[in-house]
Amino acid sequence: MAFNIYDFSNLTHTIHVGLQESFSPFMATTLEWVIVGTAYLLFVALFGLLLVYAERKVCAAFQQRLGPMRVGYWGLLQTIADFIKLLMKELIMPRKADRFLYNLAPFIVIIASFLAIAVIPFAPGLQSLDFDIGIFYLTAVSSVGVIGILLAGWSSNNKYSLIGAMRSGAQILSYELSVSLSLLTMIVFAGSMQFSTIVEQQRGAWFIFSGHVPAIIAFIVFLIAGTAETNRGPFDLAEAESELTAGFHTEYSGIKFAFFFLAEYINLFIISAVATTVFLGGWMPLHFGNLESFNHAMDFIPPIVWFFMKVWVVIFIIMWFKWTFPRLRVDQILTLEWKYLLPINLVNILLMALVVLTKFHF
Amino acid sequence: MSEIREIILNSDRLATDEYLVNMGPQHPSTHGVLRMLVRLEGEKVLNIEPHIGYIHSGIEKMCEAISYPQIIHLTDRMDYLSAHMNNEAVALCVEKALQVEVPDRVNYIRTIMDELSRLASHQLWWCVMGMDLGALTTFFYGLRDREKILDIFEETCGARLTVNYNLPGGVMFDIHPNFQKRVKDFVKYFRTKLPEYDQLLSGNVIFRERTSGIGYLSPADAIEYGVTGPSGRASGFSCDLRKHQPYSAYPLVKFNEILDHRCDTLARYEVRIKEMYESLSIIDQLIDNIPEGEYAVKMKGVIKLPEGEFFQRVETARGEFGVFVISDGKKNPYRVKFRSPGFSNLFALNKMAKGHKIADLVAIMSTLDLVIPDIDR
Amino acid sequence: MTNEELIAYLTTSFPQTEVILGSQYVEMTVSEAQYHSVALQLKESKDSSFDYLFCLSGVDYAENMGVICHLESIKHRHAMVLKVRTADRINPSLDTISDIWITAKYHEREIFDLLGIKFNNHTDLRRLFLEDGWGFPLRKDYVDEIRIVER
Repeated sequence: MAFNIYDFSNLTHTIHVGLQESFSPFMATTLEWVIVGTAYLLFVALFGLLLVYAERKVCAAFQQRLGPMRVGYWGLLQTIADFIKLLMKELIMPRKADRFLYNLAPFIVIIASFLAIAVIPFAPGLQSLDFDIGIFYLTAVSSVGVIGILLAGWSSNNKYSLIGAMRSGAQILSYELSVSLSLLTMIVFAGSMQFSTIVEQQRGAWFIFSGHVPAIIAFIVFLIAGTAETNRGPFDLAEAESELTAGFHTEYSGIKFAFFFLAEYINLFIISAVATTVFLGGWMPLHFGNLESFNHAMDFIPPIVWFFMKVWVVIFIIMWFKWTFPRLRVDQILTLEWKYLLPINLVNILLMALVVLTKFHF
Repeated sequence: MSEIREIILNSDRLATDEYLVNMGPQHPSTHGVLRMLVRLEGEKVLNIEPHIGYIHSGIEKMCEAISYPQIIHLTDRMDYLSAHMNNEAVALCVEKALQVEVPDRVNYIRTIMDELSRLASHQLWWCVMGMDLGALTTFFYGLRDREKILDIFEETCGARLTVNYNLPGGVMFDIHPNFQKRVKDFVKYFRTKLPEYDQLLSGNVIFRERTSGIGYLSPADAIEYGVTGPSGRASGFSCDLRKHQPYSAYPLVKFNEILDHRCDTLARYEVRIKEMYESLSIIDQLIDNIPEGEYAVKMKGVIKLPEGEFFQRVETARGEFGVFVISDGKKNPYRVKFRSPGFSNLFALNKMAKGHKIADLVAIMSTLDLVIPDIDR
Repeated sequence: MTNEELIAYLTTSFPQTEVILGSQYVEMTVSEAQYHSVALQLKESKDSSFDYLFCLSGVDYAENMGVICHLESIKHRHAMVLKVRTADRINPSLDTISDIWITAKYHEREIFDLLGIKFNNHTDLRRLFLEDGWGFPLRKDYVDEIRIVER
């Protein structure tokens, strides 16, 4: 089995061929599904735990404290302990809740996250779905999650939940526009919606460098809108603790609450991964025009390391937002989108089109 | 727009309606067990009706059965963040009734402790204000500095929150030998840290957008509702009793009464921030000049007030605190009434928050700086 | 106005009342019937202009009930005490002054809750702290064998 940290396509190909030879085609495909599914499940669970730990440590650093320190070395096992605690908690349901929808909601939220994560290219060969409409698919499935949130708020039969869900609905529907438009700007630049093509085109220079002004504007807009879409502070109106106790997931406990919690962090990862892929070159190493030796040195760092390095930087920026800014009010959040981000975005697309037409890019 | 609204309101299928939400008694932003019946239309607040009494402990009734030194120990269970000022009010009231002159040293110590309590209270308010607005980091910045004050309290009074340091006729024991040095260190330290508060929250665009123009309380209304303290002064109601009815060492120090005429949430916020600077300057003026002398005058074993009515007003961190004692000459009072600042301030909330969003209600409530045991007594 | 001027002013303006200088403030005792009109005049009159009611306390005097208002004028910076007693002790009632000073609305609710003084024309006279049917704890004859331990 040829294993190469720089290119996973050999590995995945070997597994595929090996399975095809050993089993019947149907069996082999089924086994591949199971393997890929388990891999994603494991990744999501572990990365989610890691993100929770990271968030607690980052927030602790901002707040001049240490964060979890007791369980494991530097509190590394804290999130695992918390997760086990959540698993063991009793599931409480309000008596007048809509049972079916109440139980369905967390699954919709987490399934939407899983669907979206499928198109993310982690490294060469490490991508399970490579559509030619990758970005379109991503924007489509990432908005499915809001249905889960609305259902959760509605079915809990709690006014706080309902207010939270309605806020979340208004917010995500609005910011979906900015996310899509800023991605559209980059599609105009890249000329493709396929993630692998987009990454491949950034071999010379990342889009944020080659696309200069419009790309940077699009990146900033994407970060703001992405933060809003993941319901994170300063846009965490849907679960505004001081106003709505816990917003749409007030009535959820145990594993169902854990699903919402996990989905929030996976969405954070997805937004960061998309920002990385579309603006920061995905798994492409940092290359500068003719600096041959520098470019070679950069090539030694494996693509998967590059990818996660960039993702962590973006995640850190989003966490920075959350732990610094106060929350916006519901009318301000909509004003920001419809009066500022949307017009900026539309002008930006025009600007990008001009840049592409005049070939004024690197 | 109004046509659409008409259609929606008149349609059977898409009826919208006002609804009631119980905010509290367990709610993260009520800071205790306050329950508010909030009538909402969507996000808009139509009416707020505070329901209090969840921790009513009948302090006024209890006071009728106990002696005056004992009453002091009950008062810091009311507004625990201004515990020292509450204690002082009772002590001053008893001293006034008995016409006891306390030594200058006592006045100085009391005033310094007052201002330290005020700082600690405002620091906690600042932490919580940020948290109510969703900026969770402020909480730790504020508590970091508040710890230092509480450490000073602990060294001198033996307690951190409910200090119980006052007695009729003075203070319970002399200040700790380290007191002056530590207070000076703290003032120096806090002067460098206070600008951080502005950097983190006051200058933030979102914060200013969230607070300016929200929760207007006109000067006339502030007086009508009896809204005192920083909340009242932010409405231009000059109500600083340290200026108007000076007690202890306040006549000896120079300080400004912070007034603001914008009357909104931001004004109430800024008044408190500025008051912290004033408190630091008051401490600066007093800390080096604490006169030598006794820390208390000898009082009789059993304190009996002459027959009559005695009223003492002090300025706590939240506003005007009044102690009204009716004595019939016995060792316990006939009737004690505490005029607590939170009680009057709370009921102006409806006036201020009506027509704003839920998020504004939380912000306005936060700038009123309510302490629920102070309201319930 | 100083206390002396205030006494002179009050005695001339309200001849039917009793004005004395207490230990700290000028104290004026009015009858039940005059209470509301005197309070209104104290606030409205330009010379007195007592616009700030800083304390309103109810008292149980063994033979009847009383309400004591502490008033201050923000303009003139003088303060006074307005006292009134009810005729009846078992079912005491007074006119409300919550239409004069809004803050009185809540203080009167508190007094109603703890002392059982009814305020006529009060728009929202309900108990404030305690449950309905609790009794009036600040009355001197209030007994509660469970919660109050006599020593």
